[in-house]
Amino acid sequence: MDLSIAGILALDGLTNGAVYALLALATVLLFAVTRVIFIPQGEFVAFGALTLAIMQTGKVPGTVWFLLVLAGAAAIADIYEGVAHKHSFARLGKQLAHTLAVPVVVSLLAIWAAPKGFPLVVQALVALALVTPFGTLIYRLAYERLASASVLVLLIVSVGVHFALVGLGLFFFGAEGFRNPSFWDASFSAGAITLTGQALIILLASIALIVLLWLYFERTLSGKALRATAVNRLGARLMGISSNSAGRLAFTMAAFIGALSGLLIGPTTTIFFDSGFIIGLKGFVAAVFAGLSSYPLALVGALLVGLLESFSSFWASAFKEVIVFSSILPVLLWRSLRDPHGEEH
Amino acid sequence: MKFARTLIAAAVSLAASTAALADINVGVVLSLTGPGSGLGIPMQKQLQLFPKEIAGEKVNLIVLDDASDPGKGVSNTRRLVTEDKVDVIMGSCLTPVAAAMAPVAAEAKTVQIAGSPVGTPPGQDQWLFRLPQSNNVMAHAMVEHMKKQGIKTIGFLGYTDAYGELWLKALEPEAAKNGMKIVAVERFARSDTSVTPQALKLTSANPDAIVVVASGSGAAMPQMGLVDRGYKGKLYQTHAAATPDLVRIGGTKVENTFVVSGPAVVGDQLPDSHPSKKAAVDFTTKYQKAFDAAPNQFAGHSYDFAIVMEKIVPMALKKAKPGTPEFRAALRDSLETMGRTVFAHGVMNWTKDDHWGYTNETGVMLKVVGGKFVVEK
Repeated sequence: MDLSIAGILALDGLTNGAVYALLALATVLLFAVTRVIFIPQGEFVAFGALTLAIMQTGKVPGTVWFLLVLAGAAAIADIYEGVAHKHSFARLGKQLAHTLAVPVVVSLLAIWAAPKGFPLVVQALVALALVTPFGTLIYRLAYERLASASVLVLLIVSVGVHFALVGLGLFFFGAEGFRNPSFWDASFSAGAITLTGQALIILLASIALIVLLWLYFERTLSGKALRATAVNRLGARLMGISSNSAGRLAFTMAAFIGALSGLLIGPTTTIFFDSGFIIGLKGFVAAVFAGLSSYPLALVGALLVGLLESFSSFWASAFKEVIVFSSILPVLLWRSLRDPHGEEH
Repeated sequence: MKFARTLIAAAVSLAASTAALADINVGVVLSLTGPGSGLGIPMQKQLQLFPKEIAGEKVNLIVLDDASDPGKGVSNTRRLVTEDKVDVIMGSCLTPVAAAMAPVAAEAKTVQIAGSPVGTPPGQDQWLFRLPQSNNVMAHAMVEHMKKQGIKTIGFLGYTDAYGELWLKALEPEAAKNGMKIVAVERFARSDTSVTPQALKLTSANPDAIVVVASGSGAAMPQMGLVDRGYKGKLYQTHAAATPDLVRIGGTKVENTFVVSGPAVVGDQLPDSHPSKKAAVDFTTKYQKAFDAAPNQFAGHSYDFAIVMEKIVPMALKKAKPGTPEFRAALRDSLETMGRTVFAHGVMNWTKDDHWGYTNETGVMLKVVGGKFVVEK
């Protein structure tokens, strides 16, 4: 191994690490706000990449119908709740419009846009708009009613949601993988090291998103409300912050981040309906590194996972996954020695 | 009233039992969901074209999904042999699943015709027959081709699973026999986002040729990684990669790749003298017409399964009635004695001692030219 090989490996690791960082941030965000360990985070990655891939072929992606079904289910839940609480028709109508507006508009947009063969960037934006509303809907249908359940129950629900989404992914996208065209075909060389345009986009987009998230949490009222919910749910509720809308917002952001990650890595590798799980799991390892609580540590953890993966692929490719996922053990040991606390039930 | 009820029950059970006696029940276990679904779904599609009747007997296909999970494969097999009392089992398309199913089928003394190259310890495949070519047969064809190309050193980039491992095991002796050396062995997983590190190591070893061992649309990514790292030598892909997906995803970066394959998918290009030409052309045109898509290797195995059944069922019917242990044993004996049979995938000759059956001439070398598979002469 010489310096140029190390450089290439480091660049490769950092590029992958940047995507893991986004997923780790989403995982930390969801756990902090809703206490949900969101295993299906990776599924949003596959949904994002594959929705774009299907649109590239000029067909209407199956995610459209899935979104409409979920929105319909949420609407039925609205009606049930409205009737149970004897809400007025006006209030019920308003609630229904609130639930259905975004999914229906986005779906119609996608159905209209799919066969037109718009430029890649436009299709990518449609795919992003299509996957993002899944966050709220999945939270509403799977988690909201259980919001006060234990972390373990929420984790079990997550496993169920993961299996459901993977199965539906196979149904919508088929068993074969897709690779999206590159957003930017340029490449820059410095000695032996080549930086492709796509890698540059991944790095810049990740940095931009991290900065935006930081500004959002530090500077805006709704960001501060999310933080408040994360710190103390009950206290936040007493201050008039709805923990339900905080949860919905957090899930929307997670779905957006997941879909964006999918669009970013779609051109660098072949994505299958089940690819998201392992990618999301690596983000999860990084989030554990941060104790599911610290955003900067999650970023560091993700970059370390990326680098570890890259260098272990070089030295012992057969044991790469073993090395990456075993690295969680010393991290857990270190965390439990550093801040011991009682088991949460 | 009671008498009427008894009568109805008797009539129903009689009807059910005669139906069960007259029909031939075929249990099919395929991976229709999970990572193996890319192989299982085309096989299932081809089975929709399976004959409804063989030698005057109605044939029922009972298709179960194993979800790419060996445990599920075992419970499906148990169900097939105990509840459905099938005469023969076909599946699975995944090696680990088919391997787990084998002891259950053998215990029930039911023939299992696997859609994957399952290896078993010697003497334990009494009830197990394989439709695909063994990796050894394919590695033989590949190494023969390498010899003609003057290749001396080989790099290996394969899946970290049974398919990658079995290919390496098959390649090593063939290469050694022909004075070639495997200089670098690297692994990757289908879900990996990059093979840059492995490609770096392989290109620094700079072998004359690199064999990529992967399946379906997963085969394009590793090769693209090698090309992106500036590898200039020859590239070989295995028979699980001989699908249109390789070109669909790899584009120009898989141009000039050599792919070893069974003859089924390239029927129209085979010379007229090739024994499998007629079957292979029949298979590809019918599949294309029915599903408006190009078939892959695995759909070909389903096609061959129909050929097998049409040959062995009349033989076994002479000895016993369907649904009986004697019929199941007769099917097994027929498989061993059916002799030379032309498949879409080559010429099969199962015998008592050889449940693989294909000879070394089965593998066909293809080359990707202009986004199409062209048979290497």
